[in-house]
Amino acid sequence: MESTPENNDLTSSKNRQSGPVGSGVDPSAPMLLSLRDITKSFGAVQALQHVDLDIPAGQVTALIGDNGAGKSTLIKTVSGIWAPTSGSMYWQGQEVHVHTPRDASHLGIATVYQDLALCDNLDIVQNMYLGREDTKAGMLDEISMELATTKTLKDLSVSTVKSVRQLVGSLSGGQRQAVAVARAVMRESQLVILDEPTAALGVSQTAQVLDLIKTLSSRGIAVLVISHNLNDVFTVADRIAVMYLGTLVSHGPIANYDRNSAVEMITTGKSDRVAALASSN
Amino acid sequence: MSTETNTEIPVSTPSTASVFRLMLTRFRRGDSGMIPIVIGLIVLGAYFQIRSSVFLSTGNLTNLMVQATIFVLLGIAEVWLLLLGEIDLSAGFNAGLAGAIATILVDTQFHWSWYFAVGLALIASTAFGALWGFLVIGLRLPSFIVTLAGQLGLEGLVLWIVDSQGTGGSISIHEPVLYNIVYGNFTPLFTIIFIVGTVLALSFSLIRKNASRASRNLESVPMPLMLIRIVGLIIGGAVMIWIFDSNRGKFTPIHGMPFAIMIVGVVLGACTFIMNKTKPGRYIYAIGGNAEAARRSGIAVNRYRLMAFMMTGLISGIAGLVYVSNLNGISDSINGGTLVLYAVAAAVIGGTSLFGGRGKMVHALIGGVVIATIYNGMALIQLGAPQQYIATALVLLGAVTIDSLARRGSTIVK
Repeated sequence: MESTPENNDLTSSKNRQSGPVGSGVDPSAPMLLSLRDITKSFGAVQALQHVDLDIPAGQVTALIGDNGAGKSTLIKTVSGIWAPTSGSMYWQGQEVHVHTPRDASHLGIATVYQDLALCDNLDIVQNMYLGREDTKAGMLDEISMELATTKTLKDLSVSTVKSVRQLVGSLSGGQRQAVAVARAVMRESQLVILDEPTAALGVSQTAQVLDLIKTLSSRGIAVLVISHNLNDVFTVADRIAVMYLGTLVSHGPIANYDRNSAVEMITTGKSDRVAALASSN
Repeated sequence: MSTETNTEIPVSTPSTASVFRLMLTRFRRGDSGMIPIVIGLIVLGAYFQIRSSVFLSTGNLTNLMVQATIFVLLGIAEVWLLLLGEIDLSAGFNAGLAGAIATILVDTQFHWSWYFAVGLALIASTAFGALWGFLVIGLRLPSFIVTLAGQLGLEGLVLWIVDSQGTGGSISIHEPVLYNIVYGNFTPLFTIIFIVGTVLALSFSLIRKNASRASRNLESVPMPLMLIRIVGLIIGGAVMIWIFDSNRGKFTPIHGMPFAIMIVGVVLGACTFIMNKTKPGRYIYAIGGNAEAARRSGIAVNRYRLMAFMMTGLISGIAGLVYVSNLNGISDSINGGTLVLYAVAAAVIGGTSLFGGRGKMVHALIGGVVIATIYNGMALIQLGAPQQYIATALVLLGAVTIDSLARRGSTIVK
């Protein structure tokens, strides 16, 4: 970041080290999640270098960048797949240490990976509750699980699913994504991380998933979405964070970016247009 | 298959149509893969009855069910592992080992009490199941190879301990409890109580489940289908009572249900309960469907895989006790290799997948009865082992073909 001084006003609050308060949104409210100076090395390879990122509640943050830019490394750090080599993480203003996926899920961070981790041979209810089934007198309480599943899907305006007792293997790609997201939401997550949620989907299914993401943020849930598709990003995101060769080169409100500057950022790691837009806003 | 012809649903009354639609969807989903095989069973039964008038006599049907017990029990044992996409090829000889241990301990020079002998036999078979589990899970070896080695090893062990008794390679049972597993019967009154009780309990739980779903506006089984199921249960129970409580003795009257049948009923009921109503059952399906997803959901995958291996061992052991009781002893000519293949065939004929995640305990019952029917009926019409093997092969191929065709309309690949 120091190497790209023209972006300093955007990239982070690094020069305002007083606390994890982000840029571009209401500065009085603490960020849901703030990353400060996160570095992750694998041997000699520095996969993440001094990443600062703020994720506010109730907003959709799009994490964009080329292949190998460090997007997946970053979300895996946040989800507790591995601990960062150095740096700190603040959850609602408190410093936290996330070492395992379980730590992350206890905080309220749910990650939906590209493979969705669904069991095709189980129905929607069974998938939604997998690993945390309701029981009554030691037996599975199917009725309460089914009612809660129906309610969660309804709250998220997922209306294309005919029956919650359908096997997940019989669902379309968009419906499967919806089930995976609904599962994350039902576990009372405050931050839902989506890894390429629309990568394998057709037009109408993509629209369903984007609607779902908007519904999540309207319910106060923070969403961090990795995407390669700038159309999706500009449709759904409130904020953008751009990664380039392991550094977070820019992040801020979507209004500071347009398609060209985003592409420029992704491919070269800098853009004069962003700086211009940011200062005009 | 008729799966593609759902555009023309006969609309007589709304409820019948919805029942028909429900059954059709289930069939398309591969859920009711048992219907074709039940029809096949009826056809087989009719054929054998035409060829031999004694086939449907109560005495022969009881005999058939006793013959089926070994296939059904070993089949249930295999379903535990098939659901995970694993297999236990040693189950037949594990059964033989348990049978041999129990027989030797209650008779020969030991004369143990039957419960200690049976207890030790079941501990041994469970321990071998656990051993295969440790090897498969801990060393990440394929269960096919581990249990193939287990089959050979256990065959050696069984031959060794049977031959070392110095009784010429076979030991017969004199101890009454072990003998009576197959040859002892409940009183006709208890038979009625047991069967009526089972039918009442199943019907009650069906009705209660449906009523509580309906009261919360959840999708419930339509009334006509409910009635069909309950009437089916009652007819089934009545037929069982007729079969078991009619006199089937030639010289002295014999009545009542053999103990072995109840053992199968209890094992089947317990396993079905675990699979459908408890977390371990749910997790075994999940692991069989997508082990990585199960692991990420926080499920201790290896614990449940080990549990399944141990359950396979335990139930194989129970099957072994029934086996030695039926043969009235153990001999060094026991063919555990063929037994286990019949057991896997039973599960697959019933509709259980070899690839994991799909199957039911009751599939072993249906498939085991089909195999016993072929076995029993062919002996009655004086066809020998060659024809029996060929007929079983055809039924097995037919069953998986029908199953695969029925699933073609569905997106479930497994």
